[in-house]
Amino acid sequence: MTAQHTQVIHVQGLEKSYKTLQVLRGVDFDVARGGIFALLGSNGAGKTTVVRILSTLLKADAGTASVNGFDVATQAADVRESISLTGQFAAVDEILSGRENLVLVARLRHLKNPGAIADDLLERFSLTEAGARKVSTYSGGMRRRLDIAMSLIGDPPVIFLDEPTTGLDPQARIEVWQAVKELAGQGTTVLLTTQYLDEAEQLADRIAILHQGRIIVNGTLAELKRLLPPAKVEYVEKQPTLEDVFLALIGTDGKNGEPAMTATPAPTSKEQR
Amino acid sequence: MTKHFFGDTAVLLGRSLRHITRSVDTIITTAITPIVMLLLFVYVFGGAINTGSVSYVNYLLPGILLITVASGIAYTAFRLFMDMKSGIFERFQSMPIARSSVLWGHVLTSLVANVISLVVVVLAAVLMGFRSGAGVPAWLAVAGILILFTLALTWLAVIAGLSAKSVDGASAFSYPLIFLPFLSSAFVPTATMPGPVRAFAEHQPVTSIVNAIRNLYAQQPVGTDIWFALAWCAGILIVAYIFAMNSYRRKIS
Repeated sequence: MTAQHTQVIHVQGLEKSYKTLQVLRGVDFDVARGGIFALLGSNGAGKTTVVRILSTLLKADAGTASVNGFDVATQAADVRESISLTGQFAAVDEILSGRENLVLVARLRHLKNPGAIADDLLERFSLTEAGARKVSTYSGGMRRRLDIAMSLIGDPPVIFLDEPTTGLDPQARIEVWQAVKELAGQGTTVLLTTQYLDEAEQLADRIAILHQGRIIVNGTLAELKRLLPPAKVEYVEKQPTLEDVFLALIGTDGKNGEPAMTATPAPTSKEQR
Repeated sequence: MTKHFFGDTAVLLGRSLRHITRSVDTIITTAITPIVMLLLFVYVFGGAINTGSVSYVNYLLPGILLITVASGIAYTAFRLFMDMKSGIFERFQSMPIARSSVLWGHVLTSLVANVISLVVVVLAAVLMGFRSGAGVPAWLAVAGILILFTLALTWLAVIAGLSAKSVDGASAFSYPLIFLPFLSSAFVPTATMPGPVRAFAEHQPVTSIVNAIRNLYAQQPVGTDIWFALAWCAGILIVAYIFAMNSYRRKIS
């Protein structure tokens, strides 16, 4: 471990090109221990490239990066002990059951009692009933929850979530958000990439915007908001969004038929910029 | 990391063996094509093929066993390709495991699946009248050659699985391997072939492997064939292993 024990991820001058396409042109950012850090950017901004470099799947052309005090280039094995990656596409084994997937990862992390770990996670992610079923029968949201549950095994101090809700329906998104919040609540550092502004707003303690291969802003949501002219206060009746309507009509948050928690349309006044 | 190599490989072997038990059709289709070819050649073409005093099913079986392996390893390339495509490969690569165990899990699975297919094909041949007076040492020698051959072709399949761009590409590489036995002593004696074809047939690996297995079953002296057979298998195994590991390193770096 190096001296920077408060900075769990340290990235400096990171560059990466694919042939002639320069994806990263000197990326700098630090992530403090604990909480959720969102890397926000449009498609092709290089978010996945950053995550792949930090998770030792890809080598940078220039610059340095360290995770949990270990250099990703020279101490890759130590980095892999410290992290867990949930990639852009749910990395689950479709042919195995949910429980078997969890047991598999627990075994590969050389943990004792893989069965007990699996049962505990199935319960925490409301997958107990589906645990014995093949993952190919799971819905998109269940698959993502299982994916995130697999990332938690072994309690790695840092978790990378690369676009965890891309391609999910609104209910499944809320399920995943709850899972991510629960994660961060336990002191795990979460680095999340997303192209959805509301997702960063909902989840992240700090947000960095990656644009054209560089970090153009980095701060808390409040700090980011201060970059624009002060909000003016207008009173408007809040119309329910289509998402509110959809979720209210369905009346569940997708888990075992419990009533939705976030789906109540609230016709109140709202601060408008 | 290497301290966990055997444990990690065992866990990953268990995983892909479970895949096989859940899609038993892969073992059955692997065994069915060779069995149909046995039926076709023994009961349709066989009567017109002169193999001297040897019964045709006895003559044919060694070549059919090689075809069984050549079609079986296509599934290895397929399973490896699917792992890479689904993202679980990246999950494994970002975990603190012995990295080469991901490949070894697939390689050993291929070995187990092919051994099962081979046993099924041999049993089918016995039903069709295959008989051998070979003792335990000869059977062990046959098993050893086939295992070495399976490992050699499996590492070829690993290259295909790692470098394929599509599912079809991942398994198509096995077609030439399946047809190679036709240009060998597997179906007809090479002496009947015209000059250039005969020259190719007599110097390609399948002929020496087939002849070695055939002589072991027939309790005949194996001569130099067995050494050529072993040299071919070991040579292909080593070259394919080096190429596969190189392309794997490029993938994960």
